[in-house]
Amino acid sequence: MKLLNEMELNIKALSINEGFARSCVAAFCVQANPSLDEITDIKTAVSEAVTNCVVHAYPSIPGNICIKVKLYENSVDIEILDNGIGIEDFEKAREPFYTSKPNEERSGMGFAVMESFMDNLELKNNTNKGLIVKMQKFFKKQNNIAVGE
Amino acid sequence: MQIKHRVYENTLYVVLSGELDEHSAYHARISLDEIFDMPKFKQIIIDLSELDFMDSTGIGVLIGRYKRMKDKQIPIFICNPSTHAERIFKMTGLYDIMPKIS
Repeated sequence: MKLLNEMELNIKALSINEGFARSCVAAFCVQANPSLDEITDIKTAVSEAVTNCVVHAYPSIPGNICIKVKLYENSVDIEILDNGIGIEDFEKAREPFYTSKPNEERSGMGFAVMESFMDNLELKNNTNKGLIVKMQKFFKKQNNIAVGE
Repeated sequence: MQIKHRVYENTLYVVLSGELDEHSAYHARISLDEIFDMPKFKQIIIDLSELDFMDSTGIGVLIGRYKRMKDKQIPIFICNPSTHAERIFKMTGLYDIMPKIS
């Protein structure tokens, strides 16, 4: 498993940054020549995790979101960290249709989508407070030809 | 995101284009409710062929509109979803309440 590249992105937990965050991570992953479908899987999963920070982690003042990406030849590891209110019950949070805000129009499918679109999903408490979402995606590398080497 | 609409033979056609996420959801809700409150149509077809991106926030927006229209007995249909949007729709069972048409 050869590490190709890594990056760290720090953004404020504002909804306007969702598009930037998912596009940035997706563009970074292009170096490993994933398929277009895999890129969209990553984009969607990152969008879900960042949305979770925006909607859930910081109920009053938007804090920071840190996105760490480690890109390998055949996979990518993505960590999305916040210092927000965290999640008490990981199992419950991962249940499809569970939402902490039932009065809003929320689907409660964020973690289910991350789980379905990525190959691994792990939730951990951040050292001081907040949440770490760890995701991994393997690239199938079918008919991909690396260019510009 | 942009929302275009037209009414033809009792059907309201709505085309969503751009990206539907938490950031655009507020605008999407308000615009769709305004359009859906117009009189003179008996069903709604939402065309997603120009939607470049959607995450699960889109499901919340669509189910919210379904609930409003259910009271008025106006059915909503979905057409031309991307493969990724379709995966999210199937996971959530959205097609049970908003059937897909071609």
